Amino acid sequence: MPDLASTRLAAHEMAARLRAGSVSSRELTEAHLAAAEAGNHALNAWLVIDRDAALAAAAAADARIAAARADGSAALAALHPLCGVPVGLKDLVTVSGGQCTAGSRILDGYVAPFDAHVTERLRDAGAVIAGKLNMDEFAMGSSTEHSAYGPTANPWDLERVPGGSSGGSAAAVAARHVPLAIGTDTGGSIRQPAALCGIVGLKPTYGRVSRYGIVAFASSLDQVGPLARDARDAALLLHAIAGRDRRDATSAPVPVPEELLALPASDDEAAASLRGVRLGLPREYFVAGMEPGVEARVRDAVAAFEAAGATIVDVSLPHTEYGLAAYYIVAPAEASANLARYDGVRYGHAVRGGDVLGSYLASRGTGFGPEVKRRIMLGTYALSAGYYDAYYLKAQKVRTLIKGDFDTAFAAGVDALVAPTSPFVAWPLGAKLADPVAMYLSDACTLPVNLAGLPGISVPCGLSDGLPVGLQLIGPAWSEARLLALARAYEGVTAGAPWRRLEPPGLVAIDPAGPTPARRAIALPGGHHR
Amino acid sequence: MSAPAARAAALERYEAVIGIEVHCQVRTASKMFCACAVPPPDAAPNTHTCPVCLALPGTLPTINRAAVEHVLTTGLAIGASVPPATRWDRKNYFYPDLPKGYQISQYDLPLAANGSLTVETSEGPVTIGITRAHLEEDTAKLIHAAAPDGRRVSLVDFNRAGVPLMEIVTEPDVRSAEQARRYAEELRLLLRAIDVSDAEMENGQLRVEANVSLRPRGTGPFGTRVEVKNMNSIRAVERAIDFEIERQAAALDGGEPLRQETRGWDDAAGATYVMRVKESSDDYRYFPEPDLPPLVIDAAWLAALRAALPELPAARRARYRALGLPAYDAAVLVNDEGMRVAFEAILAAGPGLPPKEVANLVTGDYGRALNETAERTASGLAGRADAASLAHVLGEVVAGRLSRANAKEVVAEHVVGGRPAAAVIAERGFAQISDADAVGRIVDAVLAANPAAVADVRAGRSQALGFLVGQAMKASRGQANAAVVQAAVRERLGRGGDG
Ligand SMILES: [Zn+2]
Repeated sequence: MPDLASTRLAAHEMAARLRAGSVSSRELTEAHLAAAEAGNHALNAWLVIDRDAALAAAAAADARIAAARADGSAALAALHPLCGVPVGLKDLVTVSGGQCTAGSRILDGYVAPFDAHVTERLRDAGAVIAGKLNMDEFAMGSSTEHSAYGPTANPWDLERVPGGSSGGSAAAVAARHVPLAIGTDTGGSIRQPAALCGIVGLKPTYGRVSRYGIVAFASSLDQVGPLARDARDAALLLHAIAGRDRRDATSAPVPVPEELLALPASDDEAAASLRGVRLGLPREYFVAGMEPGVEARVRDAVAAFEAAGATIVDVSLPHTEYGLAAYYIVAPAEASANLARYDGVRYGHAVRGGDVLGSYLASRGTGFGPEVKRRIMLGTYALSAGYYDAYYLKAQKVRTLIKGDFDTAFAAGVDALVAPTSPFVAWPLGAKLADPVAMYLSDACTLPVNLAGLPGISVPCGLSDGLPVGLQLIGPAWSEARLLALARAYEGVTAGAPWRRLEPPGLVAIDPAGPTPARRAIALPGGHHR
Repeated sequence: MSAPAARAAALERYEAVIGIEVHCQVRTASKMFCACAVPPPDAAPNTHTCPVCLALPGTLPTINRAAVEHVLTTGLAIGASVPPATRWDRKNYFYPDLPKGYQISQYDLPLAANGSLTVETSEGPVTIGITRAHLEEDTAKLIHAAAPDGRRVSLVDFNRAGVPLMEIVTEPDVRSAEQARRYAEELRLLLRAIDVSDAEMENGQLRVEANVSLRPRGTGPFGTRVEVKNMNSIRAVERAIDFEIERQAAALDGGEPLRQETRGWDDAAGATYVMRVKESSDDYRYFPEPDLPPLVIDAAWLAALRAALPELPAARRARYRALGLPAYDAAVLVNDEGMRVAFEAILAAGPGLPPKEVANLVTGDYGRALNETAERTASGLAGRADAASLAHVLGEVVAGRLSRANAKEVVAEHVVGGRPAAAVIAERGFAQISDADAVGRIVDAVLAANPAAVADVRAGRSQALGFLVGQAMKASRGQANAAVVQAAVRERLGRGGDG
C-alpha cells in the first residue's frame, strides 16, 4: 500500500508540493485511491472509485506541471491550484461515459453522454476526478440513508449517519479519501453533512455555479458547492467551478473573485481581519430542540469571534419559523416535475407493465425509493387544481418574506450572520428513518438560506460528545469570498484549540473484515425500518 | 334533405359558438430550448436531438430569442397587448412523446393578449377576438408499427421535440364554418406576411383545432363543447365544422345528450369520430418554470419590432381598394405574394398606369406566366421579367399601340427570355396602327378592291361589313387597331354607330 501520509495534506499544500516537484499527481492519486479503496468497505462513501480515469488524469496533470515548469515560473503560477489534486463528485454530477445514479435505482445503468459544467471546469483546471460519491436518492434526505446503494457511515462513528444528502462527499473528505469533493445543497445538503463530519462545506449564492449537468432536485434551490477540510481549500474549489455558463439560464454573469485564491496562509493575519467586523446572531436560530452541546459550541465560537475584535449584534429573522413548511412545499413541487422524466422510456430502469400507464407505474414504482415517492406526492398535491393558491403560492410569498428578513439584517450593517448549521450532531443510523419530520428538522437552520438564494458556509467549531459541531456563516448574495475569509479567520482564531488536531477515529479503526454501513444499520435499534 | 339545406335548417334553430386554436411553427434555425437545428419534414427519425431535447438528467433549457420575437411580432400585428415581463410555466402530464414529463409553455402571462383579426365573409366583415398568443415547445412524434416478430410497438421520434410553437387562441366569437375558414386563411396570410412562419398545413407547420358547440338561438349559456382535431387543410376546417354543426344539431333535436369530447376529422369519410371522452377536466399542475428567469420585454425591443413590421394584409387590401381595385382583385393580389410583388413593381415603374389595368395584367397574362415558371428574379418577378418592360407593355396597350392578344404573347416571351418588351414588340411586328389617316388609307384600298361587298353593305346586308373589316385587318397584317378600322369602314359607308 502506498504511503498514506500525503492524504493528510490540504489541497493547497498538495498544490505547493506539486509545483515544487516534491510530489507527483500520480503519487497523490495513488495514495488517495488506496485510502478510498481500503476505507470504502466500512464507509460506503463511494459508488464508483475510478482508478483508471484518475490515474490517466494524474498523468496528464503531471505532464502539464512538467511542461509549465519547463516554461518558467510564470507558466507554473498560471496553472490552477487544483491541477493534479484529487476530487470526488457527488453521483449527480455527470461525467461523460460514466454512471450518474443520483443515488436512485431508477438511474441504474444510465451512462451520461456529456460532462457537467463543473466536470468541464475541473478538467480544465487539471483536477483528478477520483470517482462518484454516495448520496440520498435525488438529494432528498439528510442522512444518506435514502440511497438505493446503501447508507454511508460517518467516519467519526461508523454507527452514525454522515448527514446528507451529500453524505458520501462529506465522509470521503473527512476520512481523507480526497481533500475535496463536490456536493449540492438544496436545503442544507452540503452544509449539514459538512457539519456532521467535521469539515467545511459551502453553499454558494444561487446562480454562482452552473447547474448544467447536475441532476435536478428543486431547480430554484439547488446549488453546487465545495466540501473541503479547510476554508482555503473550499475557496480553491469554488474558484474552479464558479462563473457564468450560457447553458444554465439561471447562472449569473457575476465575476468570480480572485481573492478566492489568496486567503491568508497565516493564522494570525487571518484572525486579525476580524477587528471591526459586525456579526449578527439571529435569535430564531437558537431555539428549543437544539442539542445543548451544539448550542454550547456555537456560543463558544461566537465568544471567540468577539474576543478577536468582532462586534456581535442580536438580529431577528422573524419568518424563520415558516421556512420549513415553505421549503417542503416549494422543493417537492419542483421535484415532482423534475422527476417526471424518469419514465423508463428513454433510459435507466424500465419495467414493462402492459400498457403505457402500467409501464409508468411499474418503472417508477420500483425505481424510486420511499422518500422520493413521498416528496413527489407532496409536490403533486401542492400543485393540484384547487390547492395551488393555498400551498405553492403561499409558500412563494413566505419565501419572499424570508428573503426580506435577510435583506433587512444585512441592510442594517451586519457583515454576516452566525448560527448553528445543524441543531443535532450525527445521529445513529436508522434513528430518524421512521420519522420524516424529525429528519426534516435537521435542516431547519440551513434551508432558509436556500429559500433566500444566499451563500452559507459550515465550518467545524468543536465537538459535542466526541462528535463534530458545525458553525454556519450566512452572507449577502455574492459574498462567498467574504464568508470564506471569515471562515479562515475563525480557523486562525481557533488554531490552537485541541479539537482542531483531532481526526475521525474511524480512520485508524477501519476493519476491512468488519460490517458495511448497511449491516451496521440493521444491527442497530430501529434498523428494522430499512 | 341535402347537406347544405340540413345545415341551413339547423342554423335557423341553433347558433354555433366556435373557438379556434392554432398551433403554428415559428420559423427559427434552432429549436426552442436547445441548439438542435429544426428538422426538415423529411428528416430521418431521431437525427435532430441532443441531451437537452431528450431530457437527459442534468440538462437545462435556454431561450431561443428569435422565437420570442416572432410571437411578439404576431402580437403587434393582431393589435394585442404585450406584458412588460413574462415568464415560462411547466405544464405537467405524462406521455411518451413528452420527454421531460412537462411541456414548457406559458400559462397566465402570454407574450400577447387581447388582439383581434377582421375577416371578410360572404356576410360582410367579422372581427374575431384573439384571447392570447404564447410560445411553447412541440412534442415528439409517436409511430405505431409492427415489430419484425409481429408485436405491435410504439416508436418515438424526438426530432420535433422542442420545436418552437406559437399557440393562438380565439375568443368563442366564430359563428360559422365559413368564418372559421376565413379566419384560418387570414391568419395564415398574416403569419406569412409578417414572415414569422411558412404556415404550411400539409407540413404540420399550422395546425387548426376548433371547439364547437351549439345553443338554441336567443339563449345565453354555451352548449356542450366538442374539440375537433386532425383537420389537415383549410378546406377540411370548413367541412369538419359544418359536419359537427349538423351532427350536434341532429343530436340535440333527437334529445340525445352531447358529451364533452375530442373528435378527429376523417377527410375521406367526411365525418368526425370520437378520439377521447373527457371524463374530468385535465389538471396540468402549471407552475412557473424555475429553470428560466422571467423575460423582460423592454419598450425599445418592442419598438424595434414594431418598426420592422411590414404592411399588413388588411391595410394592403384597403390601399388597393383606394387605388380603385375591386375587392376581389385586391384580395387576389394580397393573397398571392408573387402577384403582389409584380403589382407593386409595375405600378412603381409606370406611375401613370391605371391600377385596375395593372391588376388585370398581373392576374391575367402575367399570372399565367408566373405559374409556368418556378424561376424568380432577385426582386421576386417571374422568370427573367423586369418591371419596366411589363409597365411598357401595359402602356402600349392603354395607348392603343398594342393589341391585348399580342400583349399576352409579349409578356410570355419577355418573362421567359428576359428581352426588353419594346424589342419583342418591334421584332414580332406587334406595333399597332391606330392612326386614323394611316388606317383610312388601308380601308380606302380595301373598299376599292371589293365593290360587291360595298354594294351589299349599302343594301343593308351587314355581314359584309365584317368581311370588309377583316380584309382591312388582313391588309395591315394584323397591325391595325380593329376598333379604328371598324370606325373607318362605317364612316366611309355612311353607317353610324347604330350597328
Ligand atoms: Zn436538442
